[in-house]
Amino acid sequence: MTYRFKTNLKYSDITPKSGWLNRRQLIASGTASTTLGMTAILSANAAIRNEKYSIEDELTDYEDITSYNNFYEFGNSKEDPARYAHNLTTSPWEVKVDGLVNKPGTYSFDDIVKNVTMEERIYRLRCVEAWSMVVPWVGFQLSEFLERVEPLSDAKFVAFETLVRPEEMRGQQTRLLDWPYREGLRLDEAMHPLTLLATGLYGEEMPNQNGAPIRLVVPWKYGFKSIKSIVRMSLVSEMPPSTWNLQAPREYGFYSNVNPNRSHPRWSQATERRVGGGLFAKRQETLMFNGYGDEVASLYAGMDLIENY
Amino acid sequence: MAMSIKHRINATIRRVPAWPIYLLFPLPGIGLFWEALNDRLGADPIQVLEHKYGEYGLQLLILVLLITPIQRLVGISLVKFRRAIGVVAFIYVLAHMLTWLVLDQQLDLGAIWTEVVKRPYITVGMVGFLSLLPLAVTSNNLSVRRLGPILWRRLHKLTYIAAIAGAAHYLLLVKAWPIEPIIYAAIVATLLLIRYWWKINSKPRRN
Repeated sequence: MTYRFKTNLKYSDITPKSGWLNRRQLIASGTASTTLGMTAILSANAAIRNEKYSIEDELTDYEDITSYNNFYEFGNSKEDPARYAHNLTTSPWEVKVDGLVNKPGTYSFDDIVKNVTMEERIYRLRCVEAWSMVVPWVGFQLSEFLERVEPLSDAKFVAFETLVRPEEMRGQQTRLLDWPYREGLRLDEAMHPLTLLATGLYGEEMPNQNGAPIRLVVPWKYGFKSIKSIVRMSLVSEMPPSTWNLQAPREYGFYSNVNPNRSHPRWSQATERRVGGGLFAKRQETLMFNGYGDEVASLYAGMDLIENY
Repeated sequence: MAMSIKHRINATIRRVPAWPIYLLFPLPGIGLFWEALNDRLGADPIQVLEHKYGEYGLQLLILVLLITPIQRLVGISLVKFRRAIGVVAFIYVLAHMLTWLVLDQQLDLGAIWTEVVKRPYITVGMVGFLSLLPLAVTSNNLSVRRLGPILWRRLHKLTYIAAIAGAAHYLLLVKAWPIEPIIYAAIVATLLLIRYWWKINSKPRRN
């Protein structure tokens, strides 16, 4: 059912670190420093870029991606995750797999990433708050892992949960949301080749504030669907509850596909601001399915996407 | 003893001029804009400006609303500063709105109008701004004389509407239930309820 794209790219096609490391500062400090990073190529997290599933937009700076986060487990301001997520212990890490699978159990992080095809994929990330980024994720297709645990035929959805550890996640000491953070995908969405389990970005290990050590990335849905710091995946037959849907069902549906035609009840989704553009950043039109319509529209054939938001 | 301390504080206050407020209170806002221009406000400087200007505006409105209760409950009079604080509050709210109109929406009048009409938090925000506008315009001695103190006072009760609108605007735009907008709303509610309490208790009783 899933197919794997075989890349003919070589290791040398990977963006050298100098290309992205603190781009802003590099530009500011002139060309002298651009040679600085040339020797540092990707090492441990070496992953070859999958061009087929990568977009060509200019990457958002590493600094912006790692300092402007919605990760309410660490607080509700954008700066809180970068400020407090270092307290999170991400090793050892285990993910419990249960529900309608042939191989339930507790999988360690090392076990999960063993033998998977790690790739770099440059995806758009569109937040429901009408801002967006372009992120070079490192990860592998969720389908690889799901195939390994063997969903039973009556499994129709995958439910995900984030870690609950209030002593390390200060946001969880408040009742900001109903912890644990929960998300879900329909099984065909989960098996789609665009759907990633990401373990890094910019060729490095996933920063804690971005959902270390392992998170979901579903680029055609609003960012909150891409649940962070996953500790549980359950294969289920019924549509599972999801945190924002529980919080405000009228505002956040189960699908939450990026859709410029369906406003959030309180604000428009027609346009977005690309983060990192500075004080005079122009808004740009939001694309249906965040620009991934060719790949995913068929998943929703015949569905009313205004009703099924 | 307590009496004399109060007198001394009030006497000191009488000697402090109000005009420096016009110069000093806008400084954090100017500083913020300077930081934004120099790319020091992080990934989304427009949002930081928008949020901070709005928050400062609301804080100053609350300060304005605190002056009467402080006078009645503590006996310290800060009334001479009220006009200056109110005017600077208006400046912040104006800056907040201009950030939204110019930097955020980029003067896309169609989109702006749609937002004002369709989005309750924007509608409420606009109500707040519009209720501050006549207050800013009449915050001078000439206007007090022209309108007469009774009409002027009545007009300036629009401050209550502005504060309610400001607090509601904040509550309506957040996701989930962060604590900050709830705190602001509680403070505004308390300050208005005190006044309501005083009002119903100051009416002469009917026999």
